[in-house]
Amino acid sequence: MNEKNFQEKIEKEQKIEPKDWMPDGYRNHLIRQMSQHAHSEVIGMQPEGNWITRAPSLRAKMILLAKVQDEAGHGLYLYSACETLGISREELVQQLHDEKAKYSSIFNYPTLTWADMGAIGWLVDGAAIVNQVSLQRTSYGPYSRAMIKICKEESFHQRQGYEIMAEMAKGTAEQKAMAQDALNRFWWPSIMMFGPQDSESPRSGNAMKWKIKRQTNDELRQNFIDKTVGQAEVIGLTIPDPDLKWNEERGHYDFGEMDWDEFWNVVNGNGPCNQQRLDHHKKAHEDGAWVRKAAREYAKKNTIN
Amino acid sequence: MTEKATVWEVFIQTKNGLAHKHVGNVHAADKIMALENARDLYTRRNEGSCIWVVKSSEIISSESEDSEAFFDPSNDKMYRHPTFYTMPDGAKHI
Amino acid sequence: MDNLFIYILRIADCSLILGQRMSEWCSKGPTLEEDIALSNIGLDLFGQANGFYEYASKIDGNKSADELAFKRNEREFFNYQISEQKNGHFGTTMVRNFLRDAFKYLFYNELSKSKDETLAALASKSIKEVKYHLRHSSNWIIRLGDGTNESNEKVQKSLDFLWQFTGEFFEMDEIDNKMLQEGIGVDNKKLKNEWNKIIIDTLNKGKLNKPEDGYMASGSKKGIHTEHLGFLLAEMQYLPRAYPDAKW
Repeated sequence: MNEKNFQEKIEKEQKIEPKDWMPDGYRNHLIRQMSQHAHSEVIGMQPEGNWITRAPSLRAKMILLAKVQDEAGHGLYLYSACETLGISREELVQQLHDEKAKYSSIFNYPTLTWADMGAIGWLVDGAAIVNQVSLQRTSYGPYSRAMIKICKEESFHQRQGYEIMAEMAKGTAEQKAMAQDALNRFWWPSIMMFGPQDSESPRSGNAMKWKIKRQTNDELRQNFIDKTVGQAEVIGLTIPDPDLKWNEERGHYDFGEMDWDEFWNVVNGNGPCNQQRLDHHKKAHEDGAWVRKAAREYAKKNTIN
Repeated sequence: MTEKATVWEVFIQTKNGLAHKHVGNVHAADKIMALENARDLYTRRNEGSCIWVVKSSEIISSESEDSEAFFDPSNDKMYRHPTFYTMPDGAKHI
Repeated sequence: MDNLFIYILRIADCSLILGQRMSEWCSKGPTLEEDIALSNIGLDLFGQANGFYEYASKIDGNKSADELAFKRNEREFFNYQISEQKNGHFGTTMVRNFLRDAFKYLFYNELSKSKDETLAALASKSIKEVKYHLRHSSNWIIRLGDGTNESNEKVQKSLDFLWQFTGEFFEMDEIDNKMLQEGIGVDNKKLKNEWNKIIIDTLNKGKLNKPEDGYMASGSKKGIHTEHLGFLLAEMQYLPRAYPDAKW
């Protein structure tokens, strides 16, 4: 009965709210997906944080710091939404540290030059936005609301990245080479951010039925590629895929084979920065333990809590 | 888990004259910190003129299974709505 | 060089260098909420630096705001030495910021009455920000001071170390005196009583002891710094210096 009511609500595009009955599978899927999303925002602070102190102008410094700060904020919106499912942020962070929860593999790639700030904003945020726009219509109310807020705030992220790329592409020969190199390194990992192909993605079925996900991995990926090809052309950079070409019949771009061995390698912990990212997060958490403890003790003693 | 932070629900009034609206939560050890954390997180883009924070544990919510008993009885009381009443043709400003 | 130009650079440098330190915190905060708070402070400081550099650049007429920030050497920076001190642990950062916020709050209050309208306007904008920074750092001083034994000891130690850098706040050199005479600058000496009051009040609430005035570091007005500044600048200025022809 419950299950039937629940599915009816979903079909009618009514949102599921925290106090509503939901199948365990739905709750677990949401916790997994939302916490992975939250962790990605937070771990995603590191590759860009890596360049804040080296940003080449006052303007670039402020923009990048504000952007990385937004990622912390978006992580918080998502943790906050996830907590409505009856799991605490502390538990979620523990799962991250125990490597039971994942985050987007894209953040396990190193940011080697300033152009990577451009590539990340343009491609990585661009891909994330395609996914997030779709998730605004997700069936779980708190998740949907968090996504709406995040999309509103992230609209500047992709633009700032593209602006960096555009500036560099029309700059000195060295700058243009740097921009092309960043595109070369980030292109494939970016389009793999949408996850395995639909034929390989075991959980997609329920997620689509429950309308947690509204579009499949392959649909989202295609959407992103179709949008991005023209943007690369405008600034005179070349997408590193010899098979990329417009398919009149499909009305989409065809593209080459992704390297799934590499994808799974990075997902399973063997990316260039997996260990470093996790260690960084753990260290910050441990370094802050005495501060959090002091604040709790102070609140207890002073009854201002 | 020994280290659980207190969770606070955050309500923002975006400008004077409007109602405070729930926007999410923050973790904080005390109320001053809760207010400052809410300010730093939820008003980064000039969205605030006033902030309320309240401990999540202090909020009492109606239960989903009670929703029929709570809310359906008001369904058939159309006489509470102005459109229920028939006004003579030509009557204005009423 | 023009006295006013130097006077403005000193203010701008303080904000830039401390902003740089604050931005180092990004992704390392003790909580995610605090991480955001620290970035907010950093952003305020960069905004202040930018405003003051723009004004300095206008007076100088040769160098842009960015060139002032990215193309000067260690000996040409005039920030108080306290701004360049390393973040250390969270308590050290809060003590450093607290000592400095209390001073800057009083300083900008005075500067907002400057005869120089641009300086007065820049100061007025900065007061609001520094007032919030002071509130934030004071609350942490009290929490950490009156938290656990461990946190009290840690913060007291940071305070004892950083105290030596507070003497510079109240120094007046020729340039300061000239600016004061012209009704443009601030009489820093006069701010000390008020500053002491703020410091003592907060330290008392946090059950911390105010260190005795002992040896006081000095020299930033002449471009003398601790060794930390060189590394900070090397990192911050690397791109514009490595690619002098590039625009970003």
